[in-house]
Amino acid sequence: MHDFLQQYVLNYLDSKGLTPGGAGNIFWATVYILLVFGGLSVAVIAMNWLERKILAHMQVRLGPMRVGPHGLLQPIADALKLLLKEDIIPAEADKIIFWIAPFIVVLAAFTVFVVVPFGPTHAITDMNIGILFMLGVSSLSVLGIVTAGWASNSHYPLIGALRSSAQMVSYEVAMGLAVVSVIMMTSLGSIATGLYGAGNIGSQASGTLSMIGIVQAQQEQGVWFVFKFFPLGLIGFAMFAIAMVAETNRAPFDLPEAESELTAGFHTEYSGFRWSLFFLAEYSAMIAVSSIAVTLWLGGWLRPFPGIHGPSIAIPHIWPPADPTAPTGALDFVFALFPGIAFLLLGAMCFYNVRRMPKHPLFKIQTVGLAGFGAVLGLIGLIMFIPPVRDRVGDIFWFAAKVAAFMYLYIWYRGTFPRYRFDQLMKVGWKVLLPMGLALLVLTAVFAMHGELWAQFTGAGHP
Amino acid sequence: MTDPNTLSPPSLETHVAARDETFLDTNELVINMGPQHPATHGVLRVILRLDGEKVLGLECVIGYLHRGVEKIAEHRTYTMFNPYVDRMDYVAAVSNGLGYCEAVEKLLNVEAPPRAQYIRVILTELNRIASHQLWLGTHALDIGAITPLFYTFRDREEILKIFEKYCGARLTTHAFRIGGLQYEAYDGFEKDVKSFVDFVKPKVDEYEELLTTNRIWLERTRGVGVISGKDCIALGVTGPVLRASGVKWDIRKALPYANYKNFDFEIPTGQNGDTYDRYLVRMVEMRQSLRIIEQAVAGIPEGPIMAKVAKVMKPPVGEIYHSIEAPKGELGYFIVSDGSTQPYRVRVRPPSFVNLQALDVMCRGQLVADVIAVIGTLDIVLGEVDR
Repeated sequence: MHDFLQQYVLNYLDSKGLTPGGAGNIFWATVYILLVFGGLSVAVIAMNWLERKILAHMQVRLGPMRVGPHGLLQPIADALKLLLKEDIIPAEADKIIFWIAPFIVVLAAFTVFVVVPFGPTHAITDMNIGILFMLGVSSLSVLGIVTAGWASNSHYPLIGALRSSAQMVSYEVAMGLAVVSVIMMTSLGSIATGLYGAGNIGSQASGTLSMIGIVQAQQEQGVWFVFKFFPLGLIGFAMFAIAMVAETNRAPFDLPEAESELTAGFHTEYSGFRWSLFFLAEYSAMIAVSSIAVTLWLGGWLRPFPGIHGPSIAIPHIWPPADPTAPTGALDFVFALFPGIAFLLLGAMCFYNVRRMPKHPLFKIQTVGLAGFGAVLGLIGLIMFIPPVRDRVGDIFWFAAKVAAFMYLYIWYRGTFPRYRFDQLMKVGWKVLLPMGLALLVLTAVFAMHGELWAQFTGAGHP
Repeated sequence: MTDPNTLSPPSLETHVAARDETFLDTNELVINMGPQHPATHGVLRVILRLDGEKVLGLECVIGYLHRGVEKIAEHRTYTMFNPYVDRMDYVAAVSNGLGYCEAVEKLLNVEAPPRAQYIRVILTELNRIASHQLWLGTHALDIGAITPLFYTFRDREEILKIFEKYCGARLTTHAFRIGGLQYEAYDGFEKDVKSFVDFVKPKVDEYEELLTTNRIWLERTRGVGVISGKDCIALGVTGPVLRASGVKWDIRKALPYANYKNFDFEIPTGQNGDTYDRYLVRMVEMRQSLRIIEQAVAGIPEGPIMAKVAKVMKPPVGEIYHSIEAPKGELGYFIVSDGSTQPYRVRVRPPSFVNLQALDVMCRGQLVADVIAVIGTLDIVLGEVDR
């Protein structure tokens, strides 16, 4: 076991090309599954707290403040409450389907993460049809929602489920078109292979569906795909960003659970733990689609400006990293410091808020708790400056930061926009996004096949 | 379903069988919305007949908040009944009080002194803004924009603070008395009102910034719940709903009461009679109210605040109908006096109750989501509908 571990670490240091799960290694796949799902649960809990706090601050109120410092323990208290609640199944409900539905939704939302690459070597597995797998599995959740609405045997859930199915099916079309345009872009490079991906045949390569391959293509072309064929990449990204909000049933497309119309939509009749599963699934799905968007357009684990390195610099014991294949530019160094700085700033924020806590003796525990939390964050930040750690967390940090930006966007939407009406939603999906997607597809295809046209068109060099 | 021969209720088996027979092939879905529903503004119950999501028709069931206010009036003296009217439209209690006090004053043939009139106008217009703010917040919430609610409530708080300082109550104020006011304006009343006007002017812009040009807001409100001016008049609809349909009718201008004829303000009207026009009309009304308040604060005269009214009021035998422009429309009081200390009959014409009649006309052929928008735009308060 120990030898194996050592061997693995050595392998990891030697070559960045190795994907632990991708090698078909059951052990590492299991470890990553545990890590990813543990991390995901923590992310959902954090997201719950963040959404309530950020939304509250947008709406001139404080949000949870009582359980833990600044309500930090509120999600845990809520989870406990939900677990202890009575699990009500309506008398006229179709019991088996009612029982299964939340599990289908959760299963679909979690399974997506099998192919999400958190770094060049951090993924449960790398499939050669990764993106297809993701789209396919994430659309399975509609099955759970429809069955939940149907099994409840009640009017509001039924309407919610009908809305949801129509909405998710329509927006998947636009989503798919945007994704195809990215896959075409991956065909431009020469080493867009992934682990099992096709490609690698000169500039007329056939592209890849592998999630890792797509990011590698962006790395190799030195540009995030959102800026590729400007503004084509941006349009595709915007389309996906709209469609993914609709796909996850969030504001302003939250019609299936429109509170003011359908009380709670498809999960009106659910309570306790089963309800919390829907909640978990919703937030996991948000993280999942954001991960797709990040991987496809925002360069996955790549740092900003992946094509610019700056002059090579060397600082004894600190830079360049131990990995001989890693870039050694000054800009690389600066960006390598970001994770540590980010955590230090979070810690500093906690300490700043410690000063602002009420000076009442009853608040002492909370104040100390907040200071402790800040200290932990600061410590993590400091650890992230240690070169071996620094070189290993960079990928995950950038990926997580981008996903977090999307999460913030979700909350921002919710605080700003009114809700679309059902027919308007369909109109946007079929009459705006679909034609746009088709045009985008054709244009991207033309430029991907005939790079010289793009060069003429823009006066730039061959892509 | 009842067996005509035995007149007994159907057995459970027949009942279930009949339901299952129609369950799959039915085209009409009858949905009961309320009285416990987040968007029916209290305890309104709406029975919707739907074809998919399209509304074929609807029926309002009211009475869940009926307290018999009009009957109570017959067993109270004129003065004792005054606080009860605050409980009808509880978000615009000051307006209710003004209407009642003026009606009884007309019956007694007295008039409140000028100073009292000015303070009444200031408080009533403040209350109009508060009512419109509450409407805006809840209406936007129904349409899915959750943030304006918190902004409007933050600013409405300042109005309630003024009420609290003036008469000790925030919601059911009982601010006026028959014949004038009980309380003199507190020290710094003018300053508070002036600073509120300066405070709230940019806030109204802030609400508009979030909504007026918001694409989704436009799509959700334009062409939704259209009602023509003719229909409005036929149904007796008044207030901003009527004005948004292009009928320039505001009792403050048409049949001036209190001392509204002394103030310079405009009556906004819409053209299309849709939800968006009603939204705009109310936004302009808030600004116009601020204009009235500014003029009133600048011109408060000195003098008494109470006219000479007997402690035990015995109005002469007769009847009176007096109406005012409440935030939601024409609020009328019909009072019959038999010469005793208690009214023989009080009939209230509440704007919400009459406006609610238009719901069916406005919702037919629209979608479920529009029903919510239309209920919001009618700005009903169930306390007033049911009384």
